[in-house]
Amino acid sequence: MFDFLESGQYDVLGAFWVTVQLTFYSAIGSLIWGTVLAAMRVSPVPLMRTFGTVYVHVVRNTPLTVIVMAASLGLFQTLGITLTGSDDFEVIGFRLAVLSLIAYHATFVCEALRSGINTVPVGQAEAARALGLNFSQVLSLIVLPQAFRAVVTPLANVLIALTKNTTVAAAIGVAEAALLMKEMIETESDAIFLVSAMFAFGFVVLTLPTGMLLGWVSKRVAVKR
Amino acid sequence: MTLRKAGLAAATALVLSLTATACGGGGSDSGSGSDKINIGIKFDQPGLGLKTQDGEYTGFDVDVAKYVAKELGYDEKDIVWKQAPSAERENMIANGDVKFIVATYTINDERKKRVDFAGPYLLAHQDLLVRADDNTVRSEEDLNDSKMKLCSVTGSTSAQNVKKDFAPKANLINYGGYSECLTGLENKAVDALTTDDSILAGYAAQKEHQGKFKLAGLSLSDEPYGIGLKKGDTELQKQINDALKKMVEDGSWEKAAKKHFGPADYKYEAAPEITETS
Amino acid sequence: MSNLSVLYDAPGPRAKARNVLYSVVFVVLLGLALWWVLDIMADKNQLDAEKWSPFVSDGRVWTTYLIPGLLNTLKAAALSILIALPLGAVFGIARLSDHRWVRVPAGAVVEFFRAIPVLLMMFFANAAYAQFTDISSDVRPLYAVVTGLVLYNASVIAEIVRAGILSLPSGQTDAAKAIGMRKGQIMVYVLLPQAVTAMLPALVSQIVVIVKDTALGGALLGYMELLSQVRLITANYGANTIAAFTVVALIFVVLNYLLTSLASWVEGRVRRAKRSTGAVLHADTNTEMEFDEPNVAS
Repeated sequence: MFDFLESGQYDVLGAFWVTVQLTFYSAIGSLIWGTVLAAMRVSPVPLMRTFGTVYVHVVRNTPLTVIVMAASLGLFQTLGITLTGSDDFEVIGFRLAVLSLIAYHATFVCEALRSGINTVPVGQAEAARALGLNFSQVLSLIVLPQAFRAVVTPLANVLIALTKNTTVAAAIGVAEAALLMKEMIETESDAIFLVSAMFAFGFVVLTLPTGMLLGWVSKRVAVKR
Repeated sequence: MTLRKAGLAAATALVLSLTATACGGGGSDSGSGSDKINIGIKFDQPGLGLKTQDGEYTGFDVDVAKYVAKELGYDEKDIVWKQAPSAERENMIANGDVKFIVATYTINDERKKRVDFAGPYLLAHQDLLVRADDNTVRSEEDLNDSKMKLCSVTGSTSAQNVKKDFAPKANLINYGGYSECLTGLENKAVDALTTDDSILAGYAAQKEHQGKFKLAGLSLSDEPYGIGLKKGDTELQKQINDALKKMVEDGSWEKAAKKHFGPADYKYEAAPEITETS
Repeated sequence: MSNLSVLYDAPGPRAKARNVLYSVVFVVLLGLALWWVLDIMADKNQLDAEKWSPFVSDGRVWTTYLIPGLLNTLKAAALSILIALPLGAVFGIARLSDHRWVRVPAGAVVEFFRAIPVLLMMFFANAAYAQFTDISSDVRPLYAVVTGLVLYNASVIAEIVRAGILSLPSGQTDAAKAIGMRKGQIMVYVLLPQAVTAMLPALVSQIVVIVKDTALGGALLGYMELLSQVRLITANYGANTIAAFTVVALIFVVLNYLLTSLASWVEGRVRRAKRSTGAVLHADTNTEMEFDEPNVAS
């Protein structure tokens, strides 16, 4: 039944490893860029607030596939931005995919953080300012640390969504799990059920433990009020 | 909070979705009557099977399908064209959604486990499409080079051939469709688009592309295109084979090939011998 | 902390002047970047009239491809939303049940379907429909797309509903019990109505996700939704991929923007007189939020 696996023709684990790497780099990037966006949206500078708002609204409302295509057709093909010195399409595709995933998921991180900021009692910020802290100090020392603790669960959900959304990178030829699945469907047309069940299982293995682990973390760090 | 307000709140979600439904009418066309024939083709393949701006269908596959349908006793206006995406072709045949499929369908053993073929009606070869002024690729050996930037379609047989057979070293990028590769070719981000020469010829022959691209003329593989039909339907297989033979004999085949592939300067193979019989 | 100006001092005259300067510099830089991009695009023939003009001058692009595509997108999204909302509510409530035999299976189902990519579920549904039913190929892709979207989004909505109900003060349940309401009554008359207000933003962003995710059905299943029309347009108009993707992206952005604007208008109306429950679940896809927002004047 699994003869197509024994032939050694398909590197399923290798494909999932690429998925894991995509997820890892994109998660870190989204967290950073999302935090910056959230800071922009609550900042005293009107320009930054406008930029943050417009960015979030436009990017969130665009299908991820379109963003990935924009990176590949626009940035790479037309503008020649490759994010790497090499000409290797695999490296270029991977980095562009990470960039698009960051651009897209940062908006969700930003919105989660913003609602996290809303959970911090006003008194905290007032007290901080009474001590003479300026905006960036209030945000980085007082508000954000508490906000993060409140939004571990939403962030975990963004991470799970991100893991699954890496499949979209197949549109620009990143050799991750979904791309291998398409190949196997094309050539193993008599085992479609088995192939898709196998990949579904792979994603369950990746996402379920993440969800559980971060669910536990969220209970540990929750601010008791 | 009063109950009335709560009701309003609960209703909003519903109203939102209802308004969306209101605009979502239309869609499913009339099903297949007894005197209609459903034929599966590609909708997005210039030169082979293309749905045009006017909602018409044109291409070599379409002409072959029309001819076969005529021989089976159907009028052209009785044909209901169905889109047959690559991953769906076997399903559509096995389910009886279509009588047969003419959609750049390469005959191979893996597919023959689920469907039968008639034909082949065209022998295509994997080839390269390059910019018109580009003469660097002359033979198969030139491909296996890390400086060679190739483009193909995700999961396609051509892409897998490149990786596994003749050019494992080449720098290959896969997209969801051929158009992205053509944009890349135009932008000089890739050097060549590789897939079946019949498909490439269809693109090269388009009026927007004339003079921009050309076929390299390498025969990297044999891709005999067959007409897919229900497994075990030897009656239909024989009828289609006869229709194909007649199409070649009375010159319609040559005429159709010239019409769709001619402008691309594509030296298509003469009509192949029928091999799929039972 | 809804009133964000608590984070910083009100800008004085110097800060205001500086802000104007920042804005001017930013706009100039943006303009330069735009000019550079357009220059390169023109250089590579990506701004050629033949690539972009069909969207303006050739009405057939709209009547043959874009509008039917948009209708298909809306149809799949609307069906998915209509089915997923009640289903999600049922599962969300089931997860809060007092009975272990209801709670645990519901939880397992929700967790399982949240873990699998929607694309895979659509594909799986399509293969299953093809193999075990005789649904015609005209509607099979639609069924498969809707099935995938419902399975995934119902489980996400279940989580939103659960979090919404959990976020209500426990006094609500206690008070309802005190006046002798039964469990079902408490849920229907007390908890759900209040939770819906709190859940609205999260529900709306989930609806936006559904609209965007219909696009996954295009490439693999051949469902002719809006994004998949790019393939047909580029096949007919000489591979004008950048133009086609841009136009389709704009349609999506406008559509989803209208959707969110409408929703926040409705939300504002629903919430206007609201004073009691402090819970607000904030707009965020796939997010379950289990925290209360302190009720600050906003």
